[in-house]
Amino acid sequence: MGLRTPLFAEHERLSARIVPFGGWDMPLHYGSQLEEHHAVRRYAGVFDVSHMQPVDLSGPGARDFLRYLLANDVAKLKVPGKALYSCMLNDRGGVVDDLIVYYRRPDHYRLVVNAGTADKDLDWMRARAAGFNIAIDRRRDLAMIAIQGPQAAALTAPLLHADCRKAALALKPFFAVDGRWFVGRTGYTGEDGFEVILPAADAPGFWRALIAAGVQPCGLGARDTLRLEAGMNLYGQDMDEVVGPLEAGLGWTIAWEPDARPFVGRMALAAVRDALSHRAFVGLLLIGRGVLRGHQKVFVDGHEVGEITSGGFSPTLERSIAFARVARGIGADCTVDIRGKPVPARVVKTTFVRNGSALLDC
Amino acid sequence: MSAIPVDLRYTTSHEWVKDNGDGTVTVGITDHAQEALGDIVFVETPEVGTEVKAGQACAVIESVKTASDIYAPLSGEVLEANAALADTPEAINQGAYDAGWIFTLRLATPGSFAGLLDAAGYQAVVDAEA
Repeated sequence: MGLRTPLFAEHERLSARIVPFGGWDMPLHYGSQLEEHHAVRRYAGVFDVSHMQPVDLSGPGARDFLRYLLANDVAKLKVPGKALYSCMLNDRGGVVDDLIVYYRRPDHYRLVVNAGTADKDLDWMRARAAGFNIAIDRRRDLAMIAIQGPQAAALTAPLLHADCRKAALALKPFFAVDGRWFVGRTGYTGEDGFEVILPAADAPGFWRALIAAGVQPCGLGARDTLRLEAGMNLYGQDMDEVVGPLEAGLGWTIAWEPDARPFVGRMALAAVRDALSHRAFVGLLLIGRGVLRGHQKVFVDGHEVGEITSGGFSPTLERSIAFARVARGIGADCTVDIRGKPVPARVVKTTFVRNGSALLDC
Repeated sequence: MSAIPVDLRYTTSHEWVKDNGDGTVTVGITDHAQEALGDIVFVETPEVGTEVKAGQACAVIESVKTASDIYAPLSGEVLEANAALADTPEAINQGAYDAGWIFTLRLATPGSFAGLLDAAGYQAVVDAEA
């Protein structure tokens, strides 16, 4: 048996198919993953993401610590509530984890890290915190619920804790508001919506109210197809401790400026920056029949040019899509080896769907 | 609780087999199997005329979750494949035992059908997995 979120009983009540994920017993779907996916693109869906770990960092050294710890630069966060996506690198330029960091107020930041990596992340942070004058607080007392979709904000706002209701509706994307509940206009689906971090005891009531308001409960299955369509990476698949951000389409998250800012992994990344420029992280749209999956090989004119990192069926496009690490400049056409057969595919951008709409002609 | 019709036979790899009474059988995957796979989005059916051996992988079902091989329950020649699955793979989710059939076989050894699991035997296989 794995760890259980404060909403586990709710998932059982809704007859969810439960699967192990990152040490947790989590809902894969509540009947149909495809229906859950469509609900998020067309209306609104709700995800229990309480397996993800909020970590609060506070103290006079918090900002300097994060500027050293993360490849993106928290100095960009000038307004309270603003969020930033970043990789936390190891000394070799590989990725320890990817995370979101929210600037709450001077000397206070909140990080949200992945479930399966949380123990490792905390060890990593604590081992580097010496001399920074900060406190690292792993918040095991909190639950996290994501509501995503074109109607998510409107359906969720009346159900939020009163102290943040009005402010939440006024939030711009990638901002959060702090109160008894912490509400961010963030997500992992390519749709508008909120991620709400709240005391565990408040979670079941909020969850039930959302379901009663017509919001579709969604499992990890839909979460994966939604993030793939939205062009969002998954730690452990698209990048890991060996494969760094430059090889995973995350070059945009590395703040090279200012030159004078040392951060963990900077030297290693800088050393391989030119050498990696011949690699590209691309999207693939399958033209032939079948489903693209991680680790399938990509070919051009019979030569292997790369490998799929994440793949699957896109319910919105009704085609298979993937991310792949390939040689740069391979052109628009390739084939993918699916069980020994070359199946034609097209090289495209990694963002396939945004705000309910397909971004490419199929 | 998934359905296990008593008039069918089964394999430990979750195929169902229907005796058509004329030396041929129809093959599909069980309700339990479709439920475990989740939404099915692609089916690669075997080519008509192919000779298959019992236990040989001869079709593939791709769900939103994973790719899964389908094994020939008995040896024989593929007579027919369900062409409708090309456009409506979800037929297997909606009716694993009827519209979701996958292929038919002309048995190499007509009596071989009797060696498969009956409903009670398959129920035991499912229970053992739980």
